[in-house]
Amino acid sequence: MPTIIEAKNLDLWYGQKQALKKINLEIPERQITALIGPSGCGKSTFLRTIDRMNDLVPGVRVEGQMLYAGEDVYSPSVDVTWLRRKIGMVFQKANPFPMSIYDNIAYGPRIHGTRKKSELDEIVEKSLRGAALWDEVKDRLKKSAMGLSGGQQQRLCIARALAVQPDVLLMDESTSALDPGSTMRIEELMRELKKDYTVVIVTHNMQQAARISDRTAFFLLGEMVEVGPTDKIFSTPEDKRTEDYISGRFG
Amino acid sequence: MDHNEHKETRALSSSRRAYDLILRGLLYFCAAVTCLLLVFVIGYIFVRGLPHITWELLSTSPSYIKDTIGILPNIVNTVYLVVVTLIITLPLGVGAAVYLTEYAQNKKLVAAIEFATETLTGIPSIIFGLVGMLFFCQLLGLQASLLAGSLTLVIVTIPTIIRTTQESLKTVPQSYREAALALGSGKWYMIRTVILPSSIDGIVTGCILAIGRIVGESAALLFTAGMGMSMNNFFGSVDNFVHSSGASLTVALYVYARERAEFDVAFAIAAILMILTLVINLAASLVGRKLKKH
Repeated sequence: MPTIIEAKNLDLWYGQKQALKKINLEIPERQITALIGPSGCGKSTFLRTIDRMNDLVPGVRVEGQMLYAGEDVYSPSVDVTWLRRKIGMVFQKANPFPMSIYDNIAYGPRIHGTRKKSELDEIVEKSLRGAALWDEVKDRLKKSAMGLSGGQQQRLCIARALAVQPDVLLMDESTSALDPGSTMRIEELMRELKKDYTVVIVTHNMQQAARISDRTAFFLLGEMVEVGPTDKIFSTPEDKRTEDYISGRFG
Repeated sequence: MDHNEHKETRALSSSRRAYDLILRGLLYFCAAVTCLLLVFVIGYIFVRGLPHITWELLSTSPSYIKDTIGILPNIVNTVYLVVVTLIITLPLGVGAAVYLTEYAQNKKLVAAIEFATETLTGIPSIIFGLVGMLFFCQLLGLQASLLAGSLTLVIVTIPTIIRTTQESLKTVPQSYREAALALGSGKWYMIRTVILPSSIDGIVTGCILAIGRIVGESAALLFTAGMGMSMNNFFGSVDNFVHSSGASLTVALYVYARERAEFDVAFAIAAILMILTLVINLAASLVGRKLKKH
């Protein structure tokens, strides 16, 4: 699989504190890559560096390169709007806007200039089908998205991210606030999604990483300790620290 | 031993009970006095004012020939003040609040500006009147006019608008901002489509509070808006719009009570103002609650 995202010697500081140290990581296209590690290890920070959501944090500083499709996302010539359209993000807690289901999905396409109702209708249906939510909500598209259940809201957020036709989907512990049933549905959805999208997930749940990801990267104290095919990381890791973590000795 | 200890605690509790009783009595007394004062003032104004509110009073201009008094011009002047002031103060205040909460990076500067707006709300409005008279009426050459009055009221009301809008903006969850930005939204687009609609309740509440302030303001208008009692034709010409002057309801109350000894009319106006205030406050809390639910 060709590489779509690549970090090269990536350092990141929050003020004085270094949160990422010389990260080198390649993320292949149309696979699920899981980032695992204990709290505060930098996995979420790394994820948010890919679509530059870290820009929102005051005092953040990045050195090294984060390449998306061969282009450094921190180069001044890169349009953040374009970048975030290509790289969608789903957050830990479902965060639908307080609008109708339809308007939630249409929000992204409207930003990028789609106005025609027939086109929007089509995108909304396609995105909701893509997120396995269409059948549950097709009769109440004009109702507020806040009335959906937690799992439905999270799938709505996935649909909303898909609506701008990204290449990559970043998921920041997107199932950690959900019940097991909803989690299972979203995991199934991820397996579907990787046919068309590159998926990068951050997860605290090692079983989840083992179940659904193709590759796993283990982060510890701001460093990327080890990366490889998920089977290998979970059976014969090379680094002692990885072995200790996945066998539950810390974390 | 045991018995004694028991007694001691009981003795303590009875003195405490007395203490508690006295304090509670005092507090009840304070509350009762406050309530009585309030009821007395409201009751007195309604008893003296309500009988004199007639259709003629509400719908005519004063006439020396017929020797009648009407407050229609003052009602119209008040409406002018409310509308023109809001048109100016709303965009300014909401814009400033958006800047302070969404854009400003310098925390110290923001704190200083917030402190300044807090202080502005506490300044006696006669001072705004004085400044308005010197700046708008004389320096800008507007003379005593409703426009100068409106501009003065903009300064009076802007802190309220800024503060209520800011409070409301701060309650918009950070996750909405993240969601919009992660979809590739620009900052202003995000503010326009997500942040402002989510804080509309605060903006509307601020608006209604500002209307209340405008309707109730007198000191800031005494110097700036004039005391005329005749009907203005605001829309006759631009010159009319800019230079019309006249008394608002509050100023008319002052003039009728102080200069003409028409206390019946003054009390009628007072009753009208009280009813308006009541309605405005009710509207504020109702609208706030209704919009919040969504």
